[in-house]
Amino acid sequence: MSDVTERTPKTASPPPPAGGAPGPLRAGLGVLARQREATVFVVALVLVLYFGIRYNSTFVSSTNLSNLLSETAAPIIIIACGEVFLLICGEIDLSVGFVYMFAPFLMHYLVDFYGVPVYPAIILSLAFGLVAGWANGFLTVTMGLPSFITTLGTGFILWGLTLTTSHAYPATIAPSEIGPGRWIGAAPWSQFIWAVCIAAFFFVLLNRTRWGLYTIATGGNQLGAREAGIKTGRIKYGAFMMTAVLGALCGLQNAFYTNTIDPSAGGYQPMFYAVTAAVIGGTAMLGGSGTILGAFLGSIVLATLINGLNVAGISANPLNIVFGAAILLSMIANVRLARLRASGRN
Amino acid sequence: MSAEPTPTPTPATTGGAVADAQGDVLRVEHISKRFGPVRALHDVNLHVGKGEVLGLLGDNGAGKSTLIKIICGFQPPSSGKIILEGKEVSFRTVDEARAAGIDTVYQDLALINELTVYQNMFLNRERTRFRLLSNRSMKRTTQEQLDRIGVNIPSVDAAVAQLSGGQRQAIAVARAVTSNAKVLLLDEPLAAMGAKEGAMILELVKDLKRQGEVSMILIMHNYGQALEVCDRINLLQHGEITFDKMAGDTSITELNDIVIEEYRRALQERQQQEGQQAS
Repeated sequence: MSDVTERTPKTASPPPPAGGAPGPLRAGLGVLARQREATVFVVALVLVLYFGIRYNSTFVSSTNLSNLLSETAAPIIIIACGEVFLLICGEIDLSVGFVYMFAPFLMHYLVDFYGVPVYPAIILSLAFGLVAGWANGFLTVTMGLPSFITTLGTGFILWGLTLTTSHAYPATIAPSEIGPGRWIGAAPWSQFIWAVCIAAFFFVLLNRTRWGLYTIATGGNQLGAREAGIKTGRIKYGAFMMTAVLGALCGLQNAFYTNTIDPSAGGYQPMFYAVTAAVIGGTAMLGGSGTILGAFLGSIVLATLINGLNVAGISANPLNIVFGAAILLSMIANVRLARLRASGRN
Repeated sequence: MSAEPTPTPTPATTGGAVADAQGDVLRVEHISKRFGPVRALHDVNLHVGKGEVLGLLGDNGAGKSTLIKIICGFQPPSSGKIILEGKEVSFRTVDEARAAGIDTVYQDLALINELTVYQNMFLNRERTRFRLLSNRSMKRTTQEQLDRIGVNIPSVDAAVAQLSGGQRQAIAVARAVTSNAKVLLLDEPLAAMGAKEGAMILELVKDLKRQGEVSMILIMHNYGQALEVCDRINLLQHGEITFDKMAGDTSITELNDIVIEEYRRALQERQQQEGQQAS
């Protein structure tokens, strides 16, 4: 055997214990600080504590928490799970909010115009998400279009399709759809339970399966991943299809929750919230790294801001100014804390 | 054609390749490759015996990397055939070539910076249990394999981005070696590397050579290093193999002379073209 030795790089050495032997609290904090989701966790905690203490009676009520977590946070969490996979691959889906918009109309057309039973209609609406995601994958991966443009185009098509077929009028949920609708999204906490389950599934998918590993490899070094025999195109197709199905699910949930199928629901807002949540949570916009837990916490940050500013009684017009500034402040805090964490490690 | 080298037999740890009647593990016959009007390779023939280290030298653009990419299944040849252990093979993907025992360390290393050492070592051949990654088992095996071939890194859990150039190259080579490869293709393993790190990789190659199980094709630019580590030297010029000698039968001077002659001819052709255009 050869004597092949290399000096240990500085960056990889374990951090020296600061100030004597670490106690359990210090050790616990150390473990927390090493997680890249720690910073967004701190931001979320500060926001929840601020609104919780300042507006105690209204913010911490059961109705408001259900609103915050189920109505506001859940769709952001669910769509963010898909966007995290896409962003890690170095892609993005701007059209997901329009799949969200069209899916409940498709269910409505199938049930009310074509007599399809409710459950097959729901499954077909979700399957439509697969088709829309496949189309995004085909145009981006096979045809070589940048995903920003692909999904901008398909988003407009879906938008137009919804408005044309619905004549821009809302539709009501049919009585036969109310039963299945309860567990899909109408019951108070159902959306949040879905969101937690979906986030847990995608957490495992990203961190403990080959698919997750290949997603990171595809975004980190696409040529290298291909040279290692990874089918990077298939990974990207999969990410587009997963994201669109999640968008369709959120659209159905929203329709059941509000008891109406609204052509103005969805659009760019859920998508931008989801991408923002993913990035606040630590997912790189240029690909190669991302975290589902971070996106989950990022969604909580956004939802807390949306809900908290509402509870604080800020009127509608200046709300966006405050909201935009709060997003920037959260992100600045996140970046600063991440730098502190990195310098502490080195 | 020179006689085949006879590597020192040692206990097998990897490979187990079978040589054909001529003593070769891999033969490449009449391979040509065109990219539209560009002729990248023309009627290339080469062979490598069991445990033999073949140095593939040539100018930039001579077609070395193209040849490697054809052998490893990354791209198909326009014509010609590849014979592995006496049987003709045709690889449509890198996976197929790897399954047959041909593994490659690319010039860009094909490492994923964002993944850890053990994740890179097992990339695309991960161990799973109930479809979930068996991380602990992969970490343990990676540590054992790196210890065995003498590569020292801070931790198998470290991200590859944290490693030095030499360590990264060592990981890429170790990944290929530990995949039970019969033929290892190394595309400029010493590129952009300092003397100390280059020496580490050369030691690694020499170790594998001593074990005598893996046949290797090394693309190199430094003739001194090539003659030090390779058993035989092939020179690729303008897409054709123009030189095939045992390393002991040639010298840096001879290889230099060939290259200088090539430059001189290229210069003359250019001057002639310029003269024609002027007239």
